[in-house]
Amino acid sequence: MKSAVVQLPGLNRDRDMIAALTKISGKAPVTVWQTETEIPDVDLIVIPGGFSYGDYLRCGAIAARMPVMQAIKAKAEQGVRVLGVCNGFQILVEAGLLPGALMRNASLKFVCREVKLEVVNADTAFTRAYAKGQVIRSPVAHHDGNYFADAETLKAIEGNGHVVFRYAEGTNPNGSVNDIAGVLNAKGNVLGMMPHPENLIESAHGGADGRGLFASALDVIAA
Amino acid sequence: MIKARVTVTLKNGVLDPQGKAIEGALGALGFDGIGQVRQGKVFDLHLETADKVKAEADLKAMCEKLLANTVIENYSISLA
Repeated sequence: MKSAVVQLPGLNRDRDMIAALTKISGKAPVTVWQTETEIPDVDLIVIPGGFSYGDYLRCGAIAARMPVMQAIKAKAEQGVRVLGVCNGFQILVEAGLLPGALMRNASLKFVCREVKLEVVNADTAFTRAYAKGQVIRSPVAHHDGNYFADAETLKAIEGNGHVVFRYAEGTNPNGSVNDIAGVLNAKGNVLGMMPHPENLIESAHGGADGRGLFASALDVIAA
Repeated sequence: MIKARVTVTLKNGVLDPQGKAIEGALGALGFDGIGQVRQGKVFDLHLETADKVKAEADLKAMCEKLLANTVIENYSISLA
């Protein structure tokens, strides 16, 4: 499968994401700059983490209004898979591609550590390599990962299996409501998550728990 | 030219950890009886028009499209 990585000023996890996608799919992703209005024919578009536009106004707010986001919306409507990690997740909620909002961590502190994630829904394009209820390790590094949604939205995403990952075993690092760490859109092809699976894909990282996510999204589960 | 001020505040029911921290700090300074502190944002804009109706319509669109995240925030507009 072919993939693309979106690049915006201030994103800094793009190289890690490119490395992960290249290692797992065997093909380097194409890179797409923020001003581009068309995205090449790919099966997976990834918005990596970082601090687009210096987190000015609100995290992801300015990036979400860049031309490339219109192109991503169009692709998402066609069913192309879209993954947003960390700042990428913030950008997707600001762009309205995912429900809810990401607010300042309840502790008010930047958190950079490992957490445990429960795979709440293993029946998605992004989590097929995992088992429902499986607990995986993942690094997090963010200041604004406190997921919020109003009661009605929360009921809908919980009821429809759109909460894909939850912080497990008391590791919620940011105060997210219902320990939510990753959310899927209604169509099932857009996933946003605060943790960084791309930073735990090989033994050099000290584990490969994040590999299954990319193996699922890139259809290389047997690999 | 029209001068405008947009105020963006968190909706009721949305947790405001920064407001809570400020509330605690004010208490620590000896200010008693603070029921609640909520932090918001203020934007001062200069609009190159004399048309107040258009200015208000434009400001509302700016709030909806960028200045506020209406999932978690309310906004109010005042013209000088």
